[in-house]
Amino acid sequence: MAELGGGGGGGKKKGGKVRVKKSSTRIDMTPMVDLAFLLLTFFVMTTTLNKPQAMQINMPDKPKEGDEQPEVNERNVLTLVLGENDKIYWYIGITDPKVEVTNFSATGIRKVLQEKKAENPKIIVLIKSLDEARYKNMVDIMDEMSISSVQRFALVEITDVDKELVKESQL
Amino acid sequence: MANFRSAPPIDMTPMVDLAFLLVTFFMLTATAIPDEPVAVDTPSSVAMVKMPETNVVTLTVDPKGRVFFNVDGQFTRAELLDIMGERYGVSFTPEEKRTFSIISSVGVPVANLKQFLSLTPEQRKEVPQPGIPVDSAHNELVDWVNGARTASQNRVRIAIKGDSDADYKTIRKVVNTLVDRNKITKFNLITNMEKGADFDAMLAKQAKKDH
Repeated sequence: MAELGGGGGGGKKKGGKVRVKKSSTRIDMTPMVDLAFLLLTFFVMTTTLNKPQAMQINMPDKPKEGDEQPEVNERNVLTLVLGENDKIYWYIGITDPKVEVTNFSATGIRKVLQEKKAENPKIIVLIKSLDEARYKNMVDIMDEMSISSVQRFALVEITDVDKELVKESQL
Repeated sequence: MANFRSAPPIDMTPMVDLAFLLVTFFMLTATAIPDEPVAVDTPSSVAMVKMPETNVVTLTVDPKGRVFFNVDGQFTRAELLDIMGERYGVSFTPEEKRTFSIISSVGVPVANLKQFLSLTPEQRKEVPQPGIPVDSAHNELVDWVNGARTASQNRVRIAIKGDSDADYKTIRKVVNTLVDRNKITKFNLITNMEKGADFDAMLAKQAKKDH
């Protein structure tokens, strides 16, 4: 079975012995092979080898009563507020901050994060979100955190103060 | 022309062997994609963690803000239905348990679950599902998640599969339910692989890691 068309040398038929023509006992495998390849193609096409990617999130526990909260210098705190239409409002500190607006492009929030991180390596980023924001914004901003390797960030509830600040900025 | 001999027959046996080997391989590794009640377009991210395939609770959030619950494993599901029935005072028949253990995501309140399970698979596809209640006043998700943890001996991981356009309000409700009520602070967000225009972001991240 394994010969390729009997091409090997020296295998010539000896002399006058004439073979009687037998009806072939070979089975035509073509349809089977066709089917095999059809199935193969089907399964190759339908198999999804890429498992979904996932992003790991660790949320902080709710502080218990009597837990001591560490104090943080407000100048180390960068607050990002995710807003409608993929906008990000950001400001530093709490007392009378200057609210600015940016977006998710590479020259937008990424630049802000990298600048602020270069200025102040101790920066802590608080991510808050208005109700109008999309889920995509949340994933994107966490991506930006990992791209800019900001180690200290937290997803926190938005406060009324933040909402006021954003509204007043009129950006 | 050399017509004393027809074209040399090529032995196809090895090729066919290989083809069948591959067919067998792909058939065995293929897992049927279960019917999901909603199509969800997950946002892309640079996260490179692969999701495990088993023992995953998937909370799907669609753009309309509906929440669907899914857990894999037939035994886990059957047991979960028992737990939920007990919790909400609904008794499910073995037939309904069997149905529940083979379907995928559900997005109906427990009160309507019995009726939902009595539908035919075709009807189940058509019927609109209102989503699992996640409001703070009426929250069934917390029981679903707790039930799934009990039913699987705490082996499940929680994953949130949100649509890009799902509003943050619903996601926040789901996250708050997990953190405040279920005391689960670690979970996953299912995302797509980042590709195309944002590929440079991935490279930038990689370069940073190498530093």
